[in-house]
Amino acid sequence: MSELSLAASLRGDWGRVKAVAWKDLTAERRSKSNFNAVVAMACLILLFFGFALGPDAEGLRNAAAGVLWLTILFSGVLAFNRSYQLELEAGALEQLLLYPGERWALYVGKLLANLAFVFLVELITLPLTAVLYQVAFPERWLTVLLVLVLGTVGFVALGTLYAAMASRSRSREVLLPLLLFPMLVPVLIAASGATASLLVGDPMGDSRAWIRLLVAFDAIFLVAATWAFQFVIDA
Amino acid sequence: MRGVSAQVHAGEVLAIMGHNGSGKSTLLRVAATALRPTRGHGTVWGADILRDTQRVRSAVALLSTEPGVYGDLTALENLHFAARMLGADASPTTLQRALDRVGLGREGGERARNMSSGMQRRLSIARLLLREPKVLLLDEPYNSLDPEGASLVNTLIRETVARGGGVLLVAHDLSRADGLPDRTLAMHDGLLGDEPRLTHRPLANELPVGSVA
Amino acid sequence: MTTQLESSPPPSWLVALTWLTPVAVIAAQVFFVMASAPDRDMGHLQKIMYVHVPAAWNAFLAFLFVFIQSVRYLWKRNEQADLMAAAAAEVGAVLTGLTLVLGSIWGRPTWGVWWTWDARLTSTAVLFLVYVGYLALRGLTDDPERRGRWSAAVGILGALNVPIVYMSVKWWRTLHQMQSTPSTVDPTYAWGLRANAIAFLLVLIVFIAWRYRGLRAEFALERSQDEAALTRGVAANVNDGLRGGVRA
Repeated sequence: MSELSLAASLRGDWGRVKAVAWKDLTAERRSKSNFNAVVAMACLILLFFGFALGPDAEGLRNAAAGVLWLTILFSGVLAFNRSYQLELEAGALEQLLLYPGERWALYVGKLLANLAFVFLVELITLPLTAVLYQVAFPERWLTVLLVLVLGTVGFVALGTLYAAMASRSRSREVLLPLLLFPMLVPVLIAASGATASLLVGDPMGDSRAWIRLLVAFDAIFLVAATWAFQFVIDA
Repeated sequence: MRGVSAQVHAGEVLAIMGHNGSGKSTLLRVAATALRPTRGHGTVWGADILRDTQRVRSAVALLSTEPGVYGDLTALENLHFAARMLGADASPTTLQRALDRVGLGREGGERARNMSSGMQRRLSIARLLLREPKVLLLDEPYNSLDPEGASLVNTLIRETVARGGGVLLVAHDLSRADGLPDRTLAMHDGLLGDEPRLTHRPLANELPVGSVA
Repeated sequence: MTTQLESSPPPSWLVALTWLTPVAVIAAQVFFVMASAPDRDMGHLQKIMYVHVPAAWNAFLAFLFVFIQSVRYLWKRNEQADLMAAAAAEVGAVLTGLTLVLGSIWGRPTWGVWWTWDARLTSTAVLFLVYVGYLALRGLTDDPERRGRWSAAVGILGALNVPIVYMSVKWWRTLHQMQSTPSTVDPTYAWGLRANAIAFLLVLIVFIAWRYRGLRAEFALERSQDEAALTRGVAANVNDGLRGGVRA
């Protein structure tokens, strides 16, 4: 193939990963409008769930874990299409695809940028949920954060892949959730189940099984999505 | 595209003229490996466009009709990104030099979104300057450029030819090409034909009949 | 290539199966209706299971077929594989919908509710949504090559997820100490189920095969229109032999 050694080409690809992530995050930082809108959406969703399920404090507290994850999914999904829109605006995608290097580098770069974005949204959503739903500070808060990270990774890995298709289709606003959410059933069940359990001290040790499921899910779909990306990103 | 067969030799400038929708942009994109042809084959600089896409990409540079820039990034940042992706020199001096050459020397901090289409076009030309491509693929390069910009494109063409590279130029109007094309072909409805009589006159509504359906 | 097949008559195995299938279906229904007594608790209602369970099995089998054809397509870029996946997805979606409706109808008199979140039914509902997404994507993508690649990616990932979804829903119910669904397979009914499973498998194969032929004919028609346009151009062009290549 090429004269470059494997190490050198991997270094090159990793450099491209960083470049893509930097580019996405810089563009996002410049026009904060997207981030603000997504955070606002998350707050709105939290309130709405509160209206729909409350005002009984007991009921809200029991629902908190589920509501948290639903809020993350419904607000986060708005972020993924945007990541591709900046490529489509002035025809940047075509140039992006003509640079040397592997397609997985583009995927991982976008994945990292989207992860940073969603984590930042969660940084606000998590405490807000605790406040609105009157959740006691969990003893095992570190594990709760672990679950948050694991669930988010699975979510963003698949979201970044599917948005590559949806953003270039008609009906993109509905196509992305339609394609993405059925795939996220295990994440929703596992993450909200583990979180709910941990918020009350995890009496039955349920969280362990859910965490294992999340790790397996993330491993499988990080690999699968990275592989599938090359078939999906080309014109 | 329905039937295309052509050759461009090293050190040569081939121009292809045609109406909008004649398929000339498609041809350029296939040569750049931005598109896969449903049928047929091709080689660019010795590399097969279907099997050796990486080698083709490292040899060509495509100037597209769309500027291909990121609106929220500044001109310098756009170039910085391109340089890093190309594995080329991304130092600020090099990037500034590229901007200077295309006449955007003082717009480095300007967001691409706030630039006129002519300026964005120059920015995408600056991107071409980050490397020395063996094959230059130009899609309507003179559009939205003033005479300075047009002569910049022509300089680029001359430099590529001087290096021994090839240039494939696609346009509906070759009046600004300064006599550079060595040969000109006409493309109509996805078919490419030889038309030695075609010069740099702007196309009338009908292409000269005789070689194309 | 594909064009020469579009006007060919259906292969004899397909014709034979097409005649055989309704016979098998009717035979299987007659068999289990007559051969098994009404269930002591549920009466004749239990007989819905004879259709519901085989339909479910075959719905999942259809998705396995989608998975295999999707992999084939990405590997060989064989258009036939893409069309077979599409045919299987359409038939599979219908079977999945049928499974859900029957499950619901069975559940109402049995448990008093139209829906229960049991692992199998819920996984089937998720599968149904994956099918719907797959078909929606195909419907919204016009370029055949892109449609093939994109649906293959969605099909493969969707198929990978099916066992994971099933496991998560199952754990979800057991961890909440829900009582497991009463067993739907009593030994006396096993033969009835198997007979109907085979009958439904025949239905699956026949429907997919005919749908595939339909899709292939549509595709070949599009292709032949393109060929005609190309030939018209070739005949008129004098100078270059249009071989289709660009060398630079």
